[in-house]
Amino acid sequence: MSKLLHWVDERLPVIEAWNKHLGKYYAPKNFNIWYFFGSLAMLVLVNQLVTGIWLTMSYNPSAEGAFASVEYIMRDVEWGWLLRYLHSTGASAFFVVVYLHMFRGLMYGSYQKPRELIWIFGMLIYLILMAEAFMGYLLPWGQMSYWGAQVIVNLFGAIPVIGEDLSLWIRGDYLISGITLNRFFALHVVALPIVLLGLVVLHILALHEVGSNNPDGIDIKKNKDENGIPKDGIPFHPYYTVHDLLGVGVFFFIFFIVVFFFPEGGGLFIEKPNFEPANPLKTPDHIAPVWYFTPFYAMLRAVTIDLFGLDAKFWGVVVMGAAIAILFVLPWLDKSPVRSMRYKGWLSRIALAIFVVSFVILGYLGLVPATEGRTMVAQILTVLYFLYFILMPFYTRMEKTKPVPERVTG
Amino acid sequence: MRKLIFGLFIAVLPALGLAAGSTVPLDSFESDHSDKASLQRGAATFTNYCMGCHSMEYARYKRVAEDLEIPDELYEENLIFTGAKIGELMKNSMNKDMAADWFGAPPPDLTLETRLRGEAWVYSYLRGFYKDESRPLGVNNVVFPNVGMPHVLVDLQGLCAVEPKIGTPASVEPLSGNINNADVCPEYAIEGSMSGAEFDQAMYDLTNFMSYMGDPIKLERERLGIFVLIFVAIFFVFAYLLNREYWKDVH
Repeated sequence: MSKLLHWVDERLPVIEAWNKHLGKYYAPKNFNIWYFFGSLAMLVLVNQLVTGIWLTMSYNPSAEGAFASVEYIMRDVEWGWLLRYLHSTGASAFFVVVYLHMFRGLMYGSYQKPRELIWIFGMLIYLILMAEAFMGYLLPWGQMSYWGAQVIVNLFGAIPVIGEDLSLWIRGDYLISGITLNRFFALHVVALPIVLLGLVVLHILALHEVGSNNPDGIDIKKNKDENGIPKDGIPFHPYYTVHDLLGVGVFFFIFFIVVFFFPEGGGLFIEKPNFEPANPLKTPDHIAPVWYFTPFYAMLRAVTIDLFGLDAKFWGVVVMGAAIAILFVLPWLDKSPVRSMRYKGWLSRIALAIFVVSFVILGYLGLVPATEGRTMVAQILTVLYFLYFILMPFYTRMEKTKPVPERVTG
Repeated sequence: MRKLIFGLFIAVLPALGLAAGSTVPLDSFESDHSDKASLQRGAATFTNYCMGCHSMEYARYKRVAEDLEIPDELYEENLIFTGAKIGELMKNSMNKDMAADWFGAPPPDLTLETRLRGEAWVYSYLRGFYKDESRPLGVNNVVFPNVGMPHVLVDLQGLCAVEPKIGTPASVEPLSGNINNADVCPEYAIEGSMSGAEFDQAMYDLTNFMSYMGDPIKLERERLGIFVLIFVAIFFVFAYLLNREYWKDVH
């Protein structure tokens, strides 16, 4: 065995790679519960890939056969129901862990220098993930699949001059049709997963180049022992591999409760209208995107004013795009001398709390039908969402930070 | 003829739009997929009264026969009217275009109806028909106003003369001991072969069967789920011990 390893290692740096990324990758020893979600995101990614491959084997990507083939998977394919529920629940679970992973980044300043690229790759992953989820949601070809896609693709039509042609180009037809379904299928199962995997590799390579942040936001590489090993660092393997198993256990427990007992997620993970085949002639009276898109959908609907002779819908699209785009420049908005929320001042803490609350309430507002009162609340929250970023250079500089300890604390 | 069809279509159109968002009060419903007798009675009712118009085209007869513990021969003899083989999908022979002419819209497939609208909705809808001469078919429904479907179960339930009391469960008056709303219909225009309670039971069975058809794996899924959770819990214990062993030397 060791001979074989030696033979391979002379031709491919497997031992070097193992050491760089696991065996001698020194991670801070003070990771807390928030540090589980990165590896859990990877776990869900694997789940999506494996179940997705098997679902593809029985799925029929055509307007005539898609809906029936999903029911065929649910009823006639051996364990098909489990594959599908693992995949549909996995989609929501992916966003749950990614949102928590991103919140961790915000809380402990994981995006700050020198981790700007890690953050940007992460944001790109988030962006591709949204595209992946959106296109995947069309595939069951239910009413909500169809009309959700119709609404979102129509948004591109709001762009002046090129809008109509652009949405026509995306759909490949004058309305969502079998042609759209086929191309979304191709993108969902081939193109986007490749991009996603590539970005995940870049995300991790960039992380392992500069090293992991930690709840104290301290650079552990500043304190090394005589062997050049960070005093507060421990090898990722075996310490964090066994540690992450705990997270896997807890995650799977919750995940399987949903998969086996509440696969529809109370109508959040699989929406009720999706139990009816897509019908281009019958619009559902309430079209709501899946929960992970609703904060941005609420922002889109919150914009009700025509401006500079352009439709409110266009400005809604601009606001929605800006809400995601502004996350990309976060590393350059935070001017604080410290990384972690533990040592930042009250202003940063209050700002983060307001931001999170706004995002969650916007998520709720995007799920329910709009009323005048709700639209007003959504407008206020949208402003708060943006203020978190726009005011960040000011409040992070103004506030008094606490002194950061030399070594990590518990 | 054309005009009539068009008129029907227009009459049904707003009803279709309203259907999903209806906020009428409903009677509560708790399905029980382990009650095979109930599911068998429901299957019989569905085949005899519903399947002429409504298919269940995503499901197969054989699966139903197996899950409901009905022998194949018995099932083929009594519950397949189309001459289909037992392994086939549960389609029907109604022509969809002609059906659209007759009812304004073709009768929808019902495989997933309970998951689309909810079990309580289906249970309430089935008991919600009443006499309404202003409608083309002489009946209306409190749960699905202006529905295009006739009251197929009129032989069993009879025809309610007034709007049935859906969403007001039966209650016992504490002083007199009288039962209020024991029957959803307080007054019948036509008497049926079943009493109010018998009809409620028949509709419970029918809805229960439809609930099973919408989610045939539910029982098995929940049975397996318990074992999966126990496995994960045991896995967690070992992961915890392993983690504690390794982390002993981290200070």
